Amino acid sequence: MKTLLKYFKGYSLEAFTAPFFKILEACFELLVPFVVAAIIDNGIQGGDKPYIYKMCGALVLLGAVGLASTLAAQYFAAKGAVGFCCNLRRAAFEHIESLSFTELDSLGASSLITRLTSDINTVQSGLNMTLRLMMRSPIIVFGAMIMAFTIDFKSATIFLITIPILTVIVVGITLFCIPLYDKVQKKLEKILLLTKENLTGTRVIRAFCKEDEEIERFTEENLRLSRGQKLVGRISAAMNPLTFVIINLAIICLIQTGALRVESGILTQGLVIALYNYMSQILVELIKLANLIISIPKSAACAKRVAEVLNTPCSMVNGTATECNINAEYSVEYKNASLRYSGAAADSVEDIDLKLKPGETLGVIGPTGCGKSSLVSMLPRFYDATGGEVRIFGRNVKGYDLSYLRSIFGFVLQKNRLFCGTVRENMKLGAENASDEDIVEALKAAQAWEFVKELPGGLDYKIEQGQANLSGGQAQRLCIARALVRKPKILILDDSSSALDYSTDSKLRAAIRELEYRPTAVVVSQRVSTVMHCDRIIVLEDGRAEGIGSHGELLKSCEEYREIYESQIKSEGGRS
Amino acid sequence: MKKTVKNLLKLLGKSRAALFVSIILAAASVSLSLYVPILFGDAIDEIVETGIRFEVVSRLLFRAGIVVAATAVLQWAMGMINNRITFDTVKRVRDLAFEKIESLPLSYIDSHAVGDLLSRVISDADQFADGLLMGFSQFFTGIATILVTLGFMLYINPKVALVAALLTPLSIFVARFVAKNTHSLFQKQSVIRGEQTALIDEMIGGAKAVSAYGYENRAQERFIEINGRLETTSRKAIFYSSLVNPTTRFVNALVYAAVCLAGALTAISGGMSVGGLSAILAYANQFTKPFNEISGVVTELQNAIVCAQRIFELIDEPSQPSDEGFPALSEIKGNVAIENVSFSYSSDRPLIRNFDLKVSPGSRIAIVGPTGCGKTTLINLLMRFYDVDSGRITVEGLNIAKITRESLRRGYGMVLQDTWLRSGTIRDNIIMGKPDASEEEITEAAKATHAHSFIKRLPQGYDTPVGEDGGNLSAGQRQLLCITRVMLSAPPMLILDEATSNIDTKTELRVQRAFEKLMKGKTSFIVAHRLSTIMSADRILVMRDGNVIEQGSHGELMEKGGFYAELYNSQFS
Repeated sequence: MKTLLKYFKGYSLEAFTAPFFKILEACFELLVPFVVAAIIDNGIQGGDKPYIYKMCGALVLLGAVGLASTLAAQYFAAKGAVGFCCNLRRAAFEHIESLSFTELDSLGASSLITRLTSDINTVQSGLNMTLRLMMRSPIIVFGAMIMAFTIDFKSATIFLITIPILTVIVVGITLFCIPLYDKVQKKLEKILLLTKENLTGTRVIRAFCKEDEEIERFTEENLRLSRGQKLVGRISAAMNPLTFVIINLAIICLIQTGALRVESGILTQGLVIALYNYMSQILVELIKLANLIISIPKSAACAKRVAEVLNTPCSMVNGTATECNINAEYSVEYKNASLRYSGAAADSVEDIDLKLKPGETLGVIGPTGCGKSSLVSMLPRFYDATGGEVRIFGRNVKGYDLSYLRSIFGFVLQKNRLFCGTVRENMKLGAENASDEDIVEALKAAQAWEFVKELPGGLDYKIEQGQANLSGGQAQRLCIARALVRKPKILILDDSSSALDYSTDSKLRAAIRELEYRPTAVVVSQRVSTVMHCDRIIVLEDGRAEGIGSHGELLKSCEEYREIYESQIKSEGGRS
Repeated sequence: MKKTVKNLLKLLGKSRAALFVSIILAAASVSLSLYVPILFGDAIDEIVETGIRFEVVSRLLFRAGIVVAATAVLQWAMGMINNRITFDTVKRVRDLAFEKIESLPLSYIDSHAVGDLLSRVISDADQFADGLLMGFSQFFTGIATILVTLGFMLYINPKVALVAALLTPLSIFVARFVAKNTHSLFQKQSVIRGEQTALIDEMIGGAKAVSAYGYENRAQERFIEINGRLETTSRKAIFYSSLVNPTTRFVNALVYAAVCLAGALTAISGGMSVGGLSAILAYANQFTKPFNEISGVVTELQNAIVCAQRIFELIDEPSQPSDEGFPALSEIKGNVAIENVSFSYSSDRPLIRNFDLKVSPGSRIAIVGPTGCGKTTLINLLMRFYDVDSGRITVEGLNIAKITRESLRRGYGMVLQDTWLRSGTIRDNIIMGKPDASEEEITEAAKATHAHSFIKRLPQGYDTPVGEDGGNLSAGQRQLLCITRVMLSAPPMLILDEATSNIDTKTELRVQRAFEKLMKGKTSFIVAHRLSTIMSADRILVMRDGNVIEQGSHGELMEKGGFYAELYNSQFS
């Protein structure tokens, strides 16, 4: 939590001025009953009209000064809370950008998004409310009591008893309801799940004629929800009558003792009224305070979740090398490399030994979850090898500066991801200085030029968020082109022809083979036809290499490979 | 709008008595609670230096105590009743909405986003409840408070009352004015927030692409730019919205001062007592509150009505035509005939036209064609998820539109590509089609589909809970469970949709063998992707652009050299 304090930077003044003005306002408000008492005692009883005018003027003045200080307080509170949260959000975003994938995985993408958006928003409103009310409500409550003491000690003891009782009731009921609300929320989530399930599974439910049963299930859960809601409702319904009774009992006591004190000449009638007025002020503020008390733990929990992100250290140490020896014998080397994700029980990649010369192509094949993507993700240091080492052009990847290391690669990910912006902007991502000719050339190799030139605006066609205005196959080809524009020394295609039909896929493979700059290429696929023409193929199963060799060698020596080959190709019409 | 209110009244009608009691209680508790300051005022009037009549003070205070107690009881009773009316009503609405979901035609569900329907049943119903509760607890009491307060003030002193009554609406104007300007700022804020969330989503979801192409700096620039805009807008929105309270408080202070002045002057001239002034001051404080509350409640109610409208829209949607009174299908052997059927999802895009097909018991029909050609349309028609536009489909010679849906659907076992599992245990999912299956039957079915071996390795075996959307199972395992489900219920006819998604070779072989066992001797319709499945079919239906363009055996179709031959050559050679 403490770590967050520094994001008040630039707003520390606001963090103090907001509550300060709020206190000021509260003080002005506390003076009002005093003035009224004066009007009654001096003005009315003395029949002094000018005095009444003067004092009513004072009331207006108090209101105006109060308004001015609240406005100042609200302004500073808004500025402070919003400023703090914008600082925080920005810092969190920058921090996330600097984290390695190990940390991103353990935090989880959807959780990170919630933390950056709704969590920070909750912090913001909580902070804003705290800056405004944290000081005001207690000051009004205790101020009223202190004012009562200055008027008459004996009558003020009534305040001393009433305030704790009211506090216990208001805060107690509120706190008691919080866990109940949580329970209601859980029941609501259950209802949500049931409804969602029934919408996505309508066909199956109807095919099995389960409609009535599902309705029964829903009605039952809904009844539970309704019961929970009613329970909370019943408890909170007690708050108003209870506080009403207590405040009014206190006023009754006040008037009763007031009468005795007036008789003995200690109090005046006006002062009794002032005490009465102070008592009435307390309740409203206590209820506000209770609401604040609810929102503080909520905001604090959210703040903690954000702090967790900021306190997550990056586990990846950056290297320094910003050049590579392109004459090295091997462009890619795995030396007994293993990868175990943090928290996992077993290695995802185990003891891989493999060397590739510049310009060679490697095919990676195996069933889902066998570690194909993990194997290639060690190259640009998305993840670090947890055993052995990975070398690029003769140097351990850990020795390179990260951004330089990644610029060596053209990486086409399994999941297509283009950014909003024009086609050209996307193409230039990896190669800022690329000319239109370079881009067109890459697009042609990626089999994408055909459709790009037909797009309205061609290279200036604007890609929407989430590439919503492109088909899956188009996005995939653009991603491939993007990797090619930078003329990478090492090209990685991670299952990146899944959305392409067979003929486009084969044309693409041919085009990549004919690239002038002859990159080392690593091709990950589940299709034998995609990898069979590679110089070398590695067959993975459960993270281990079942076989490494050319297509012909593997057919002879590797049973796994033969099985995959036969199931995919031979059975489909005896083609080879 | 009018219809919604009518619907709402109909719904509330069931709680008519409770509603009536609630209104009575509101009026009574408000009147009593407002009577308290008068009693206090009278008591204060007795407290004069010239001699206090203690027995009168005590009597007045005792009376006040009784009134206070009575008020509290009434308030509490009103709260309980409102609580009940609200949540009973919302429960009713939710139940109705869910029942409707179960009986809606599939065309409605298919053409509406799940999220939209969900939000109607969940969050709209919730907001509706909030609005309703607030309406009951504050609307009636608010109005009662205003009327009764005004009455009491007039009773104490008409002139001073007039001052309060005339000045109070000022605070409402001010609040309205501020709120109106704030609304657009909040709207702007939520737009920017949406933009920012989208960016965060894009950057975190695509974190690998971001770092592979060094997009971090550009991403940060974009983020900072949006963040800056958000800061300005949020600050303004929050500041302006926080003006409502202080400004209304200020107006209240003015009213208070004015009442105080008028009251004090009247008191000097003997027009009213000091106790009267203190009562009227207490009223002046309370008088403005219900006005502010009511304007809040009105917005809340408007919101609630909009939400209610969205739920009622769903509830009022026509259900699929009833099949009551139709005979049930019995003794299914597997004779299916499609006779001159035409069908389209929307009238401007005709799909299947004059389609004929006769299927004898035990035969296998493979449906092939490029993605998106409408293969699932046939499933929709066979299962009567959709009704044909013209022509008819018969099973055992009976028109399926003239028999109960239940008997038709029980005749089919269906395995879809989208492997849907319900929340619950593995067992719950397997016994969907045969809830009374014995333990032996379940394991036997699971063994037959090769699902047993993975199920028994799960932490709690058959009682392992399935996560949301089958989260903890692999795609292949989910598929095996769906097949087991059908295997257990052993229906006479089958509809299978082969998976195109990547499941690993070993599991795929298992799925394949499970399908094979399932189909033995049954009339089956298979949306096929695998060549071996296609070639073993008795008849192949070739679909393109929603229409069946060729049919025949593999040999016949190859010989014909049409679309099928072309498809075959491009994909498999």
